[in-house]
Amino acid sequence: MHLTQELQGTDMALLDVKDLKVFFHTRNGVVKAVDEVSFSVDKGETLAIVGESGSGKSVTCYSLLDLLPKPPAVIEGGTANFDGEDLLACSSDRMRQLRGNHIAMIFQDPMTSLNPFLTIGEQLIEPLIYHPDTTLRLSRKAARTEAINLLNEVGIINADTRFDSYPHEFSGGMRQRAMIAMALINKPRLLICDEPTTALDVTIQAQILKLIKQLQKTRDVAVIFISHDLGVVAGIADNVLVMCEGKTQEQNTTKEVFNNCTSAYTKKLLSAIPKGAKVKASDAQAGSTLIKVNHVKTYFRDFSSSSDVLVKAVDDVSLDIKKGEIFGLVGESGSGKSTLGRSILQLTPMTSGSVIYSGTDLCALKPSQLLPWRPKLQMIFQDPYASLNPRMTVYETLAEPLLYHAVANKKTVAQQVQKLMDAVGLDRSSVLKYPHEFSGGQRQRIAIGRAIATNPEFIVADEPVSALDVTIQAQILELILDLVKQRNLTMLFISHDLSVVRSICDRVAVMQHGKLVEQGNTETIWAIPKMPYTQELLQAIPTADLKR
Amino acid sequence: MHSPSQTSQQRTSLWLDAWIKLRKNRMALFGFAVLATLCVVSLLTPWIAPYNYEEQDLMLGATPPSAAHWLGTDIFGRDMLTRVMYGGRVSLMVGFVATAVALVIGILWGAIAGFIGGRVDAIMMRIVDIMYALPFMIFIVLLMVVFGRNILLLFVAIGAVEWLTMARIVRSQVMALRKQEFIEAAYSMGLSRWAIIRRHIIPNTLGPVIVYTTLTIPSVMLLEAFLSFLGLGIQPPESSWGLLINYGVETMEEYPWLLIFPGITLSLTLFALNFLGDGLRDALDPRASRD
Repeated sequence: MHLTQELQGTDMALLDVKDLKVFFHTRNGVVKAVDEVSFSVDKGETLAIVGESGSGKSVTCYSLLDLLPKPPAVIEGGTANFDGEDLLACSSDRMRQLRGNHIAMIFQDPMTSLNPFLTIGEQLIEPLIYHPDTTLRLSRKAARTEAINLLNEVGIINADTRFDSYPHEFSGGMRQRAMIAMALINKPRLLICDEPTTALDVTIQAQILKLIKQLQKTRDVAVIFISHDLGVVAGIADNVLVMCEGKTQEQNTTKEVFNNCTSAYTKKLLSAIPKGAKVKASDAQAGSTLIKVNHVKTYFRDFSSSSDVLVKAVDDVSLDIKKGEIFGLVGESGSGKSTLGRSILQLTPMTSGSVIYSGTDLCALKPSQLLPWRPKLQMIFQDPYASLNPRMTVYETLAEPLLYHAVANKKTVAQQVQKLMDAVGLDRSSVLKYPHEFSGGQRQRIAIGRAIATNPEFIVADEPVSALDVTIQAQILELILDLVKQRNLTMLFISHDLSVVRSICDRVAVMQHGKLVEQGNTETIWAIPKMPYTQELLQAIPTADLKR
Repeated sequence: MHSPSQTSQQRTSLWLDAWIKLRKNRMALFGFAVLATLCVVSLLTPWIAPYNYEEQDLMLGATPPSAAHWLGTDIFGRDMLTRVMYGGRVSLMVGFVATAVALVIGILWGAIAGFIGGRVDAIMMRIVDIMYALPFMIFIVLLMVVFGRNILLLFVAIGAVEWLTMARIVRSQVMALRKQEFIEAAYSMGLSRWAIIRRHIIPNTLGPVIVYTTLTIPSVMLLEAFLSFLGLGIQPPESSWGLLINYGVETMEEYPWLLIFPGITLSLTLFALNFLGDGLRDALDPRASRD
């Protein structure tokens, strides 16, 4: 690299972006998605671009690869020098070549970025056997060998048999490994990772981050790592660029950003990362048991396999939830934590066991007998985009449970809706808007409002903040804590994010493969995790603490 | 001063919002106006038609459009304008009534099958399959033989065939919706199944349903023409647009106006329906842009 620098006579990095401006020309005016952003990445370096959704971090990278829809996007200015060539000025043919061979990209969701109808191997060798430069084309056999080597390199076990598997036969982490292999197949010099671990479990995330770091060293590529999570970035990046509303907020080495950040926005981001224990443990510790879960088993028939195999989603779980506490339920995806939550609320039929709710066995009730219990048992869902009826205004969504359960009558309902909006921190004037007109955090507020409308006693919150940005997450958690206290709620809080659980839960249970691995007071578990699985989970948490 | 709560109660329904949005859509309004005009004219035909629809003038025969006969006359010397107006009565009625029958049965059948699922779904959809497999003509002929020929039966017969596709479309929509979290949220809210179907499921299936409806109405009109042509529907001297077009095709080379005018009327209806249908679909989808 030093040699080329001398030859060029400039101090140019592999990619050097200067004053990049990307505007979106919409009906409602011009949106400055990226406004005068400059950065550079060199071989073997990792630059992290951090910001919340809408900050322009993805747009920045997409514009470099000419992947933005134009119109409405217009690149208004700036240069992006990639090895002496301006990416923003090159022809679309040249860009296609660059995209395939020199710059590669990894996307957030490994399921939607793979073609479900082709085997992993077929997708992997495609660029090799159809290479635009015919002299570089490989035979199918040679391509297969190379692809299998690569699959080995990204840590896929039994690569030669897995070569012929379809994407749905891979787990999320394996798919992301396959995506990384696909990105690396043409030996790119720049790798852009767009939130590559956001959809993954915490232990898998740790593995993928390690893999990216390791590959970068062995292959000497430059990496741009886009993330909303400063904690994830801490362990992998050399430099950090913090963006907000299209503007650069902070740009420095990772160490400086974490230790002496200058901008208020970065400080806000850092402080929003949940850390430490719950500030005030609830005094309900000694309270009476509200829900007793006895040996609950929920099995499903596995339709994908030919034999009648039962999937034991929840396998003999017992726990007590005390009145007034927030009980955390953690585990990775597929551990059965969501199924358990739904089974407790009788939304998913149980195979056996019982759920005693203040003296009544909910499982013994017929669906029609359950209806009067429903208002007391509510649920908050993970995805605030899917959990609201897109054709109902906020008013209708909130008024429905009020009217249906006669909490309010036709005269008082409007007032009640307004009270609810105040309680969850929504502006009264937006009562007539439809869900798509709100941001993710606001939608989750609507969903919470709906859940508390009927004055419930018990709420199951299934990953309520997982889909949200870290600052919004902090606000929603605060809202949940306030509501639990004010309304004397009891909550089962399901999450894969241990830091979040630690910050709001009084007690916690860890699930793995449908079984309860460990349960106890949150702080006890954090201090002395007994089971190896719990220890593994705790170690995988990415922290903003650079010492780790 | 208006309190926001009052206005909210008045304005906060999907249908009302849809109407407000529809009024801003010019093409949809145009379609609505054309359809409304056609319907009004059809209703008033017995009083405003220039001639009697079965009055023949064999001496006159087929004449091109003139001052006395604006749309010309057919080979029996009957006034085409009158016949098109009377034809509209039958065609529009068949189009709307048979489609309405198909809509109601199809949506309910599909929504219930898709929502309940399992064995109920399997049985309900096998019934649909059997109906599909039944030769349509034999079904109609049987109906006619048993009940005698009358126009109401025609509606029922056509509706009974058209709802099958509607049921399948709605079912597939509902199957996808059923797994959505807002349906689960409605369950956890304690809503009854019927309330969930009515309030959460059906409104979300409207997009494809409306598009399919706008396609069904013209196809129903042509189906009526086909049945009439075979002698199972309307019989001359009564007329419908489809029937007029069928006879028009036979004499297309000598007397093109016999084909052109009923053809134009039917096409105009079709256009109007499509504009209105597109407008309705957008208006009923809050996510579609507001302008």
